Amino acid sequence: MKRKKYLVMIGLLSLFGVVFLGGCSDILLFHPKGPIGDAERFVIIVAIALMLIVVIPVAVMDLLFPRKYRSTNPKATYMPKWSRSAKIEWVVWLVPAVIITILGTLIWHFTVHLDPYKPIDTGVKPVNIEVVSMDWKWLFIFPDQNIAVVNQLVFPVGVPLSFRITSDTVMTSFFIPQLGSQIYAMAGMQTRLHLLADEPGTYLGQNQHFSGRGFTGMHFKAIAVSPKEFEAWIQKVKQSPDKLDPARYQGLEKPSVNYPVSLFSSVTPGLFDGIIRKYNKTMNMNPRVVKEASESIHLKTGVSEGN
Amino acid sequence: MFGKLSLSAVPYHDMIVMSAVYGSLLLTLLILGLITYYRKWTYLWKDWLTSVDHKRIGIMYIILSLVMLLRGLSDAIMMRSQQALAAGASHGYLHPDHFNQVFSAHGTIMIVFVAMPFLVGLMNIVIPPQIGARDVAFPYLNSVSLWLTVAGAFLVMVSLGVGEFSKAGWSGYAPLTELKYSPGVGVDYWIWSFQIAGIGSLMTSINFLVTIFKMRAPGMTLMRMPIFIWTSLCTLVLMVLAFPVLTVALAMLTLDRYLGMHFFTNTLGGNMMMYVNLFWIWGHPEVYIVVLPAFGIFSEVVATFSRKPLFGYTSMVFATMAIMVLSFVVWLHHFFTMGASPDVNIFFGITTMIIAIPTGVKIFNWLFTVYRGRVRFTSPMLWTLGFITTFSIGGMGGVLLASPPADYVLHDSLFLIAHFHTMLISGSLFGYFAGYSYWFPKAIGFTLNEKWGKPAFWCWLIGFYFAFAPLYILGFMGMPRRMYHYSNLAWHPYLVVAAGGLALILIGVLCQMIQLVVSIKQRQDTRDLTGDPWDGRTLEWAMSSPPAVYNFAAIPTVYDIDAFTDMKEKGMAYQKPDRYHDIHMPKNTGDGFINGILVFLFGFAMVWHIWWLAVLCALAMLFLLIARASDDDTEYTIPAAEVEEIENLRYRQLASAAEINRLAGGRGEPGILPQV
Repeated sequence: MKRKKYLVMIGLLSLFGVVFLGGCSDILLFHPKGPIGDAERFVIIVAIALMLIVVIPVAVMDLLFPRKYRSTNPKATYMPKWSRSAKIEWVVWLVPAVIITILGTLIWHFTVHLDPYKPIDTGVKPVNIEVVSMDWKWLFIFPDQNIAVVNQLVFPVGVPLSFRITSDTVMTSFFIPQLGSQIYAMAGMQTRLHLLADEPGTYLGQNQHFSGRGFTGMHFKAIAVSPKEFEAWIQKVKQSPDKLDPARYQGLEKPSVNYPVSLFSSVTPGLFDGIIRKYNKTMNMNPRVVKEASESIHLKTGVSEGN
Repeated sequence: MFGKLSLSAVPYHDMIVMSAVYGSLLLTLLILGLITYYRKWTYLWKDWLTSVDHKRIGIMYIILSLVMLLRGLSDAIMMRSQQALAAGASHGYLHPDHFNQVFSAHGTIMIVFVAMPFLVGLMNIVIPPQIGARDVAFPYLNSVSLWLTVAGAFLVMVSLGVGEFSKAGWSGYAPLTELKYSPGVGVDYWIWSFQIAGIGSLMTSINFLVTIFKMRAPGMTLMRMPIFIWTSLCTLVLMVLAFPVLTVALAMLTLDRYLGMHFFTNTLGGNMMMYVNLFWIWGHPEVYIVVLPAFGIFSEVVATFSRKPLFGYTSMVFATMAIMVLSFVVWLHHFFTMGASPDVNIFFGITTMIIAIPTGVKIFNWLFTVYRGRVRFTSPMLWTLGFITTFSIGGMGGVLLASPPADYVLHDSLFLIAHFHTMLISGSLFGYFAGYSYWFPKAIGFTLNEKWGKPAFWCWLIGFYFAFAPLYILGFMGMPRRMYHYSNLAWHPYLVVAAGGLALILIGVLCQMIQLVVSIKQRQDTRDLTGDPWDGRTLEWAMSSPPAVYNFAAIPTVYDIDAFTDMKEKGMAYQKPDRYHDIHMPKNTGDGFINGILVFLFGFAMVWHIWWLAVLCALAMLFLLIARASDDDTEYTIPAAEVEEIENLRYRQLASAAEINRLAGGRGEPGILPQV
């Protein structure tokens, strides 16, 4: 009877947990707005469910055993020499091993599937966005449109976003929780990230990795709009009197906290690569990007740099 | 003359810092005054500061740890209250520069100056007697290690009032810790305190490895070692292998900062990820360094208080060894988000998950030790039972973070904070508290008051859940760690609850402080006359409490894992040897303490660029080393007659304990009291 009561209690508690986490819309990771975040939520839920197979029995045994075998209960069996049982040992090694095998297989599949470097293939041409993390603000460059924005990211719904990310300061991490994966931004290096938003809306974007005094204010609005609205927004940015040339960039570089949203109607070509080259003359140390870069150099000049 | 040091280094203008400085100074003065008033300086110097006795060194380590725990807790109070206040329009009461120092100090202190000294202290008190040895292999080195750790802790404390502490987190990621982004002395304080304590830990690990391998009592084969010795052994192997990596990483960072080199800078070929890799190659084994000894403590406690041998000893040994090996191939899971290829992430994700298997085995083995036992709910046992469920929940979070896809969204969030606090508080700290109350009578000679011990446990356990459950949820809400202020008001209520949880934990800490005072006051009534207050199973309970300086008058011979239980059952316990022999013991020496002072001054001089003082201290240390190495007169002999006298006193105590038990109607539980 008692055992049943405990089980019911634990069942209710976990049900409450799931309803609570799923019901409250502030729990961003359980309300993803794109396929990447969706898949990541799936992994989280499956992993928790699989592990509860071990954790719930442990919690129950941790309550029941000491209660039953308390020294003041002379009715309980006492086996003062019993310290091994092949059967039990097989179970306690095998059950976690099986769970981890299943989980490991699942993770293997999803880690390949969710590689941040992997382009999202929807048949639509992706929007290219270059991200520079600065003290303490985010600069977004749209190379194809030749515009740039500070501390605000506007992008079309249903179109894959292809990010190239670097840092002009210490290491930070670029993260829009409701769209999924984050990735580090590092000076002298370039990382890649591919995201996609399914629904229009304004999402929280932020730096997830501590980067000094102004870190707390290093967040931005990530606004997903319809492709039409996106076009209109580009035109609006193009009207901006502000241009991002090297001199203007130098002003931007100065550390500042809670920098206002700023629009730039044009950007000096090659600014992003220039920022990386500032720190790293050989372009990039990340072998994955070196490979990519050497391939592109190869295409452009027909000469392999031999990286 | 004084390098970068000037009077302006003292933060007079900051009320909060200055009140902490004045508080610490006042407390120090009070303690110094009391020592003077009771004329205890000679006693302190002769019996403690210069001691090379592993038991005394162990006690001093634990005192250091408890003092630093209070400092670490006050940092926690500041963080939790700041985050409970600083939502939206309010910016709380801490400046970001101060808040950043607080969390950096909290992490550094809790890992390096609370967890490490606590576990090394317990190892000191327990390892030699459990293996039937009279001391550690290198008693003087032991004293050097202690005073190095104290010197490091002192540097951290001094940074409070002179200059500043690091603002770059306890892990000190470059390039934020490079001169360009952290020009102040804060990072230097962090480097030198970390470095000095780290070298102390490295020496400790060498010392105890040799002790375990070379000084076990006859008959104690590897597979007859008590489980605490096994977990300690694995910990020590990890320490020997991991700490040099930390030393090197910090040294390279030092070269960057002091000599303008470029190991981890953004420019000129430096690579910050190299630092991050090196740091976690130490950092991840470090997690197991602080948790494995606690696993050993839980194993000892659960067997003793269930009155049964540990279930699946062999499984337990192999599980521990598996964890030891695996802990070296998982470090990259701390930065899955750096953009490595899926293959790399999969490898490190799966190796990390595999650790869950041996850990799960351990959990079940503890539960099956309880199964069909006779459980006594003493406070060490309560800490253990509280740990089992809490740790399993934390493990769930761990496996979750080990899956790269989940880590991509949970990395550096409060979920991570909640996870590792679950592991470190329930896994390590509860374990140390269990060990503290379990071995307290052995080290000090009387038992701790249970009336205050149990509420302390309940406040800690419940407070823990209230403090960290909201943090798990906040992680899912996307809140990053280390925020001194946030504008998302949805996070606010959870942080208020978390602050409430911390308040409950503080009540627990208060109970522990009262417990200590009450126990000392009642010590005449709770004296442990037999040396075996819990019906213990391992050799340390065969000694008197507190043990004679030489531990064992005659080295016991071991026939079983639970050597003392075996002796008691065979009626071989408490046997008088035919005759006593002279015992050689190491002499006390002040060299370790003086070395500690020199190292502290050296660190301080390096932080402030006072080069002449640094050179002077380095030369003095070298001189001390040579002087000590050429000193041949480092041992003394306790004559057999004196040993006999001490032992006779012990047998009279045992007899009086038996008498007390008889008068009390033999209510003492069977097996506790010896037949004399």
